This record gives sequence, structure tokens and C-alpha cells, in this order.
Amino acid sequence: MHGDEHWGSESGQKEQRERVVGVGRYILARLALTIPMLLILLTVVFLILRVVPGDPCLAMLGGRNVGPEEIDNCRKTLGVDRPVAEQYLTYLKGIIRGDFGESIRTGLPVIVELLERFPATIELAFTGMFIAVLLGMVTGIFAATHSDRPADHAVRMFNIASFAMPIFWIGLMFISIFAVRLRWLPVGGRLDPIGGAVFEPITRFYLLDALLQRDIPTFLDALRHLVLPAITLGLVVSGFIGRMSRTSMLEVLGKEYVTAARSKGLHERVVIGKHALRNALIPIVTVIGLQFALLMGGAILTETVYSWPGVARYLLESIENRDFPAIQGTVVFIALFISAVNLGVDVLYARLDPRVRY
Amino acid sequence: MRGPRILLYTGLAVVGLFVLVTIFAPAVAPHDPTQSITNERLRPPGGGFLMGTDQLRRDVFSRVIFGGRIPLLVAIFSCATSLTLGTTLGWLSGFSGGWVDRGLSLVMDAIYSFPALVLAIAIVAMLGPGLANMIAAIAFVYVPAYFRVSRGQALVVREQEFVEAARAMGGSTLRLLVRHIAPNTLSAVMTVPSFNIADAILTEAALSFLGFGLPPPTPDWGFDIQNGQRFLQSGFWWLITFPGLVIVTVSLGFGMVGEGLNDLLNPRRRRSVG
Repeated sequence: MHGDEHWGSESGQKEQRERVVGVGRYILARLALTIPMLLILLTVVFLILRVVPGDPCLAMLGGRNVGPEEIDNCRKTLGVDRPVAEQYLTYLKGIIRGDFGESIRTGLPVIVELLERFPATIELAFTGMFIAVLLGMVTGIFAATHSDRPADHAVRMFNIASFAMPIFWIGLMFISIFAVRLRWLPVGGRLDPIGGAVFEPITRFYLLDALLQRDIPTFLDALRHLVLPAITLGLVVSGFIGRMSRTSMLEVLGKEYVTAARSKGLHERVVIGKHALRNALIPIVTVIGLQFALLMGGAILTETVYSWPGVARYLLESIENRDFPAIQGTVVFIALFISAVNLGVDVLYARLDPRVRY
Repeated sequence: MRGPRILLYTGLAVVGLFVLVTIFAPAVAPHDPTQSITNERLRPPGGGFLMGTDQLRRDVFSRVIFGGRIPLLVAIFSCATSLTLGTTLGWLSGFSGGWVDRGLSLVMDAIYSFPALVLAIAIVAMLGPGLANMIAAIAFVYVPAYFRVSRGQALVVREQEFVEAARAMGGSTLRLLVRHIAPNTLSAVMTVPSFNIADAILTEAALSFLGFGLPPPTPDWGFDIQNGQRFLQSGFWWLITFPGLVIVTVSLGFGMVGEGLNDLLNPRRRRSVG
């Protein structure tokens, strides 16, 4: 950060090179830490899905009107007739090869079905996160710079309240107000069922696809469908980010270098925006990373409420149909995604904070 | 100094009212929550029906009053389970150190990093819907929260002189844990449950909203909201509005108790807690 000023000079270039090497080494070290963590997570998932219920086939098919031979068939297909240790190894091998099994319901590979739905979830999650970060940081920093004044108390109350809001209820209330009563925005889905019927996605990120095809009406339609779900998701996560932004900013504002910047006669905007904010950002980025887990939980409810055809909805559909390979595949997929995001946040952290070196 | 007290007392008042109303629900509710009490279905609020009626001609107000029973039960039992399990494991881990600590911490971090709701859904999906399974699932996902706090505290207390003195005098590990580590870490641990209950109520609501709760006609806020969702597009707003408002109020009440307790018990951290 403070190195930016030297970057033109020779010593600056050397410093930059060293930093790149340092960050590279840091990423490798973090990657090495991610692997055992992921292995444990996958083991926990295996225990919950395969060992805890005793027999997933009975758990899946028990309530249905099926004969014992069908349950036997299911056991053979899933491999649960083998010893647990062997099942565990097969399970891990499958994940490494990217083979998540085949859906009982559709017969398609689970990974294909997941990848088809993943862009919808990503589109929703990232827009939601963007709104959460924007809202959280603006209110948090505002509260910190107006500490102990009415604005600060109001922000604090909003943050506490945001932890108490059931996301699915907020979603339904938004639908009730903005879609049913005011008719400003659609009730759910990603595109208008009539207008969107002819649209052929490329990447399945609808906003991006519409832009690529220069299809402005579809772009606007996709955007209109995205507004309510993204705000719903963002609102609930924004409380954590607002809280952290306020705390972090308050802490930084008490530091000597801020006093020094002020005593140099710098404008308050420069002090806050340049000197304080950059340092306050470090813990905020960490919190944003941690919130991705919360966001994925929230995505399940948001996707349900708004009929958003994403990964989380797929999990619920699979549970409803007792499609065991699909349930397992989705949970593993979410675990992989969360680990990747955490790794990404750590790398970003290393770039933001020059003190992080391995 | 006034701020935290106000938060704490308001929170306690809300929580107290909720617990009383829930326990004495049969006396408070004007009607049986599971019986049709009028011949008008989906009647808007007003005229003897404070919150209207639902599609089965039941009184929404009575369902909201009774609807807190399952969430309260699930929240208390799951919270007590994760408190006991998480805190004990945290003490053990922090106190013993070495590979036990490293192993346990890794497992807890892994569970903590995973979306709690997804994990709870996976557990309930495998165990099947129902009260006990919901409690087990919610208890499981909140163990790491207690583990982290009590482990961190145990690490600090372990290094203090009075513990060293007790150890030098020949105190057994169990005695050290029970007599010295546990009491000195409790104040930090005790701020977790009220946040935890607030969260558990939301998770229970989410699970029963998604259909993993008790079968109908048991009144339960989350399930009643799911029921109301079907009538939302026809403009019957009262079916979802009232149960939701009550969830927000109760969860907010527990959250405020947590904030207030936190400020009171850990005054050092007051500035740093948003």
C-alpha cells in the first residue's frame, strides 16, 4: 500500500518483485493448509450422509412402496453394501476425479446438473454480496465517523435487527409489497416466461449473456428479476459487514498515523478515504470472506422464495425426491466452493496487507 | 453506560414476555389453534380476529401465540446441547494442547466454515423431519461457536499463575479443569447462548419453513409462513406478516440480551463490539 509510491524507482521494482514472490509463497502455504481442512470437511459430510443415517437407501426409500430387491439395487448402485472404509475411499476418489455420481431422478451426472445451475447461484450471491458490502461499508464507516451520535445508534440498531430477520420472510414481504401490491418487479424466476422463452444462454450468467448478445430488453428483464432476490440476500448479510466496518474504522481512527495525517492539515476526506479506510479494509475483507458461508445458507432460502433455479434449490429438490447422489454431490460441491472462496479471500488479504508474508 | 443497560433490559422484557406467553399459550390464545372457528376462510384482520383467519378457517392470532412453542423448545434444547458439548471440548482442547488441540480445532474450523443452514438441512434430510432431529441438527452446527470461545479462554487462563500454582501443588487435570479453568472462562462463554438462541430460532424457522419440521396441524411460525406463501400472490398478506413479525421480535429480543450481556460482562471489549 505504502509501497505504491516507490514503484517507479529501482528499489521499488525490487521491492515489488520480492512482494510477488512473497505472495506466491503465501498462496502455496495457504493451499497446503486448505487441503487438510477440505479433507476434514469432506469427511464430516461423508459421516453425516453415509454413516449417521445407518443406511442411506433405507433413509431414502424407506417411506416408499418398494420391495426389498429395489433397496438391494439401490445399495449396489450407491456402493453402501461395501465396508465403510472402502466406501470412503471410493467417495474421495470420485471427488478428486470430479465424478459426483449420477442423479437417480434424471440419470444425468450430478456435476453436469450442478454446473448448469451454478451460474444462477453465483450471479445471485455476488450481486447480493455487492449490495451487502456497499450498504455495510457505507453505513459502518458513517457510523464510525459519527460515533455516539444519533446516526451511529440508528446504524447499530439496524445491524442488530438485520441478524434477527428471517431471510425467507423478508423475501416474501418484498414479494408481497413490490411484486404483488405495487407490481414494480416480478415475483420470481430469472426471466419473463414469455419473453425469456426464446433466449439462449451461453455462459448461463444471464446478465452477461444478454450483454454478449446485445439483447438489451433481455438484459433489463434479467436485471428486474435479480433486484429483489439480491437485495433480500444483501440486506441480511450487510449487518455483519456494517458492524465490522464500524469497529475496524473506529480502531483505525484512534491510531497515531491518523492523528499524524490530520495534524499535517490534510482534508478529513483524504484522512478517512486514504489513510484510515485502506487500513480498516483488512479485517473487513476477512469478514466478507467469512460471510460467504452465511450467504450460501441465505441463498437456499432466497432461491426457494424467488424460484431462482440455482444450486441451493437443486439441493432441496433432491431432498424432496430423495435423490441421494444428488444430495451428496451438492453438499460436496458447496464445500468445495466455500473452501475456494476462503482461499481466494486469504490471497486477497495478502495483497491488501503487506505485512502478511510467509 | 446507559446504552448497554437499555439494550439488556429491553431484550429481557421481550424475552420474558415471549416465554410467559408461550408457556401460558392456552390461557392467552382466544381459540384452539388447530380447529376451524368460523365459517369464513381467509378473513382479513379485524372484527374479533386480530390477525385474520387462514384457509382452514383457523384463527391466525391463536396460531401465532401457540407457534412459539416448537421454536422455543428446539432453541433451548439445541442450545443446551451445543453449550455442554462445545464448551467441554473447548476446555479440553485449550487445556491439553498438542495434537488433541490441533485435531479438534481443525475439525471445528471445518464445521464452522460450512454454511450452518446447509449442514442442518443435510442432517435433517438424512435423519428425517421431526422435533428430536431438528434439535440434533441445530445443536451440531453451533458446537464450534462454543468451542472457539471456551478454547480461547482456556488458553489464556491456563498460562496464569494461579493455575500454575494449583498444578505445582499437585492438582489433577480434572481438578484443574473443574476448579480453575471452567469458572474463569464462563463469563466469556455465557454471552454466546443468547446470540445462539436468537440464531437457533431463525434456523428452526427456516427448517420448518422448508418443511423439515413437525407435520401439520402443529402451529409453528416457520411452517405457517410456508403455508401462507401459497396465498401471497392473491393478496392474503396477513398469513405471513404476523408470524414473521413475531420471529423478528423474539430473535431481536434474544439478540439484544446478548449485546447487553456482552457489554456488561466483557467491559474491556465494549469499544470493539460494533
